[in-house]
Amino acid sequence: MDRSKFVEKVKPHESGFFSRGSHTIGHLDIELTERCDNNCIHCSINIPENSPEQKRELNTSEWKRVIKEAADLGVMKIRFTGGEPLLREDFSDLYMFTRRLGIKVIIFTNARKITEKISKMLSEFPPMEKLEVSVYGMSRESYEKISRVPGSYEEFHSGIDLLLKSNIPFVVKGILLSDNISEKEEFESWASTLPWMDQPPSYSSNFELRERRDSNSKNRMIDSLRNTPDDPIGIYSENRKLTKSKIEFMTKFIGPPGPELFSCGAGQSGSVDAYGFIHPCLTLKADEYSYDLKTGTIKEAVFEFFPKKLNTKATNPEYLKKCSKCFLKGLCLQCPSRAWSESGTFDSPVEYLCNVAHKEAQDLGLLKGDEKGWEVTDWKKRIKKLEEKGNDRDR
Amino acid sequence: MTEIDKNLKYRLTENVVSRDIEGEIIIVPLTAGIGDSEDELFSLNETGKAVWGYLDGTNSVQEIIDLLGKKYESDKNEITDDVTGFLKELLSRNMIEAV
Repeated sequence: MDRSKFVEKVKPHESGFFSRGSHTIGHLDIELTERCDNNCIHCSINIPENSPEQKRELNTSEWKRVIKEAADLGVMKIRFTGGEPLLREDFSDLYMFTRRLGIKVIIFTNARKITEKISKMLSEFPPMEKLEVSVYGMSRESYEKISRVPGSYEEFHSGIDLLLKSNIPFVVKGILLSDNISEKEEFESWASTLPWMDQPPSYSSNFELRERRDSNSKNRMIDSLRNTPDDPIGIYSENRKLTKSKIEFMTKFIGPPGPELFSCGAGQSGSVDAYGFIHPCLTLKADEYSYDLKTGTIKEAVFEFFPKKLNTKATNPEYLKKCSKCFLKGLCLQCPSRAWSESGTFDSPVEYLCNVAHKEAQDLGLLKGDEKGWEVTDWKKRIKKLEEKGNDRDR
Repeated sequence: MTEIDKNLKYRLTENVVSRDIEGEIIIVPLTAGIGDSEDELFSLNETGKAVWGYLDGTNSVQEIIDLLGKKYESDKNEITDDVTGFLKELLSRNMIEAV
């Protein structure tokens, strides 16, 4: 018998468990509801807290069936997101059901609905992953200009206080808008005092249009928050500094992607929406890529439906001329999901994202003047130069 | 470390959940204080896997040793050391309890 250590600590992503079997998946995203108690000006998914869509949401036993199948497929981690996932009255029930199946849980929340009861549960039965709390401002005025709900700032603070009091690990992340940009330093200084923040907070700075293409007026609002084509990075430039990890990420994914639309890992797992449809990623809500779990299974979706659907190639001549030949892939956020929310097709170049990527590439010295990413032939040489620059910085 | 009484029967505590994924036994902490940090899971070596299935509160430690002795045809003392060593480790981690 084996006399080495009987019980060993493992990290599943390092252990290779999921590369052995052909029918296991490591994680699953679950969007418990699209309803939210905030009404943020930049949000691409939220619907009102008391929306009639609530009736269409999966009920408790339907969610449990989905989560049980996920466990059977080897899922080790589930992300509960929304909308605001804590708006579900059965949240605690679903959380405990998931944890008792041996699944770790990540919760994306605005913290407004963290109550004594919820914090007690999270303290006694830890999610085993840090909660991620979105922060919209450091003052009532700035926070509620973005959340557009009176009293929301107070509740957010009360939630944060409860998490701290109960010693529940969480990180905070921000969104930078003109209403709160002046508080950036204050936010980062506060974030650095939180015990579980081992790096500066991340920011959401890509204003994505409505995932369900459900509101022209909301899309106009989101579009108005974007910066101009001349300065598409604008107030976010401070976060676009050249770092070693950024160069590593970029160089890993740099190079013309060709006509294949899905080279991003979408569909290796999935994201289940509030109504029981599984999608290849959290933001791709188009019917063409949705699989109904009320009549089918996660296994069918991930191992049969997605592979068939995701080998789609671009046919849009503009995409083939530009995006498929552009080497800025590691910088550009162009993807079928964003193309669909912008235009209703999967292979239309998104001008806003293209402008942002080009501005960044210019700042990094990858492009000169008005050069376009799809025109550059010596891109490997330029990337090498950038890598050397990054190494110099680390010395 | 706590000594193991071979007449006792042990079962998993409610502090952990055990999962079998692709032939690996993974022990996932459920309650606070089992893992040292928020993201730690545990796996078992081959000895651990052999014993694990018997920890349902129906077999005494001596019975588990006897069953494994028949199954593996190894030296009885070696098996006894392995099983008690394994159970001591699980007890120290609050993963099992005597019935």
